[in-house]
Amino acid sequence: MIRTRSILAALAVATCLASPAFSANDGVVDIVAPFEIKGLDPSTSGDIFLRMGIVETLVEADAEGRPMPALARSWTVSDDGKVWSFTLQPGAKFHDGSPVDAKAVINALEIARHKPGLLAKTPIQSIEADGNDRVRITLTSSFVPLLAFLAESRAQILALAAYSGSDVNTIIGSGPFKLTNIAPPQSLAVERNVDYWGQKPQIEKASYLSVSRAETRALMAESGDADYVFNLDPASRTRLAKSNKVNLLSVSIPRSVLLKVNMGRDALKEPKAREALSLAIDREGLAVAILRYPAAATQLFPPSLGIWHDKDLAPLVYDPEKAKLLLAQLGWTPGADGILQKDGKPFALTLTTYPDRPELPLIAAVLQDQMAEIGVSLTINSTNSSEIPAKHQDGSLDLGLMARNFALVPDPIGTMLTDYGPQGGDWGAMNWKNTSFDAVLTKLTQTVDAGEAEQLRREAVTTIQNDLPVIPIAWYQQTVAVSLKLEGAGVDPYERSFGLDKMRWAQ
Amino acid sequence: MTRVILGRLVQASLVALMVGLLTFVMTRSLPGDMAYRIAAGRYGYDIVDSAAAAKVAAELNIDQPALVALGHWMFDLVRFDFGTSLISGLPVIEEIASQLGHTLKLAFAAIVLSLLIGPPLGILAGLRPGGVLDRGLVVLSTSVRALPQFVVGLGLIIIFSLTFKLVPAAGHDHGAHLFLPALTLALGLAAVSNRVARDAMRSVSETSFYAFGRTKGLGEWQVFRRHGLRNVAVPIITYLGVQFVYLIEGVVVVETLFAWPGIGHALVHAIFGRDVPMIQGAALIMGLMFVALNALVDALSHVIDPRERRS
Repeated sequence: MIRTRSILAALAVATCLASPAFSANDGVVDIVAPFEIKGLDPSTSGDIFLRMGIVETLVEADAEGRPMPALARSWTVSDDGKVWSFTLQPGAKFHDGSPVDAKAVINALEIARHKPGLLAKTPIQSIEADGNDRVRITLTSSFVPLLAFLAESRAQILALAAYSGSDVNTIIGSGPFKLTNIAPPQSLAVERNVDYWGQKPQIEKASYLSVSRAETRALMAESGDADYVFNLDPASRTRLAKSNKVNLLSVSIPRSVLLKVNMGRDALKEPKAREALSLAIDREGLAVAILRYPAAATQLFPPSLGIWHDKDLAPLVYDPEKAKLLLAQLGWTPGADGILQKDGKPFALTLTTYPDRPELPLIAAVLQDQMAEIGVSLTINSTNSSEIPAKHQDGSLDLGLMARNFALVPDPIGTMLTDYGPQGGDWGAMNWKNTSFDAVLTKLTQTVDAGEAEQLRREAVTTIQNDLPVIPIAWYQQTVAVSLKLEGAGVDPYERSFGLDKMRWAQ
Repeated sequence: MTRVILGRLVQASLVALMVGLLTFVMTRSLPGDMAYRIAAGRYGYDIVDSAAAAKVAAELNIDQPALVALGHWMFDLVRFDFGTSLISGLPVIEEIASQLGHTLKLAFAAIVLSLLIGPPLGILAGLRPGGVLDRGLVVLSTSVRALPQFVVGLGLIIIFSLTFKLVPAAGHDHGAHLFLPALTLALGLAAVSNRVARDAMRSVSETSFYAFGRTKGLGEWQVFRRHGLRNVAVPIITYLGVQFVYLIEGVVVVETLFAWPGIGHALVHAIFGRDVPMIQGAALIMGLMFVALNALVDALSHVIDPRERRS
């Protein structure tokens, strides 16, 4: 019994000793987000290293997605658009002290473009050194989005010593913060890089913790356990908005909830049929009930994607009566069970989605209900996210409900090319043929003139709005809870940075 | 004793073989395309596409026949080579070593806490069956056990982190982070062990030797220490062995809720990502741990209970 008592006493002492360490302001910015650190390779979790300011890319992007100098101080392009020359920052050093020179940059980019990713889809012919501080990229054809592609996290520049072969052994970046500790899949720690070539950050130390449960993340923000909590679920957001313990920051991000349509299916190949499905969706009700912010999509791109959002475009609307009329015109008649029939076959489809974003299965359930109103029967299959590309490839997909990020690179043209190119895309059009649209996209990758590019983007967006190879449903907002002790925190709509370099402690 | 140890070793190798075969067959028969699932696990839903899946398939030689793959794995296992994770690319043994360390720490803390909470309360209740404490504990134990650990954990975060600000909500940096996940598991364990202790105490206190101890003038504490404690300990410790199942299923939920980087959490992610070497490695280690813990329980009972030694 004495032993029990001493153990109890020890536990009590330990608890008392431990708690001040956590509640005191220890000068470490604790960042919490759902993303797990899957490995060191830039193609798996490179985005986390970029967001934490450990690594950098050649090119940055501003809040509007325009390219900005980063490790490349400046660049020029030849008249035919095929040869790009990048001048590197003088004095930039990796965390191991080695210089950020042409050799290191070429090595990193060559390894990156032979792994899955957007650089692999860029028409690069060669990457060569032009002296120690200049890198020349030669393309097989003019490709304006190159700058945006170089700003992607998978195109991050690591020191030569970071690699063995094409594998990354350790993270040696050049960013404003140095990696001091890493424990995959959960956490890492950084400290300020005093030798940073650019504006030195004010924050001295920070940590990153991956917490997959949204409820836990919200409670960590509320209890003061974390200083910057990324990605809050709708219910927690509503609760934290009423709390005076944290600041909530919300920004509209270039991510849309879309319904991918297999246009090879008999029931879906007519434009009128797809229009009917679109008319059956009460987007406003759905956004308010599930996402809990006004986010009904009236077109593919949200207003936050300034140059791609066309405010003059006629919006997608909710009109179930018109939907029924359109389907009746196509020869569909209600059967005994209320499901539409044609030639003895019911209008029944399978909707594939994935629970990685928890709102998707909920949206699917609402869609099932709304489609039933116009006599279309949906069966929901909520499964692994890879089922959508897999079923795209084997042709067995009917409808796919997905949350597509248009800003994997700061210019959505990258995503447009992979998703809506001539062959369609795993996360975009399926069995869609529109040669004039293909021509517009190709021209967009070559046009330097701003006015002409804007005209082309308008044409592209209008075509998608009319043809509906995907049916836009909602636009996303990113919400972050920030401790009252932190100043200067923001939310990057392109999800490239947690903004550690701009934060400071309130006095 | 040697025979017991030998028996356990044979059992351990049989468990290893069965776990190996079963996980192999089960991962092979899961629905969905392996290469796509691995690509989704590695690159996430924004980036997984057919090009990524094709690279994965080529890199991992995924199309080799099942029997060949099984043969390779068995052969590697005999040489204690668990392979490398398909998702992170790190050796499975390294990943499991770090995760297992975290899980063992959590499980040990949970057992110690549950032993501090459950049996003492149960013994007190068993000494006065039908009393206020006894009846109160029935209600409390039933409700704690009936609630999902997920809810118990969230409740504890709200009480200890949000309201009283005593301990941090989640993470794994220092000792204080251990408290809430361990307590969540411990409450579930104690909810049962206090009942076991109560019944054991009650039956012991009703025996004639216990009554005789009292009659000959020993105090309540003396009679418990000399005639009660050892008798009550045997069922409690035996029951611990059964509770390990609860503990192993519990760590999966609790680790995810509290962002604790343990093996349960890793196993769930490995299954989603079809990380076959990780699944096999984690399942194998958990199976062996089960055998080892049960052996430990047997040994403890052996030490406490002289009747076992005589038979």
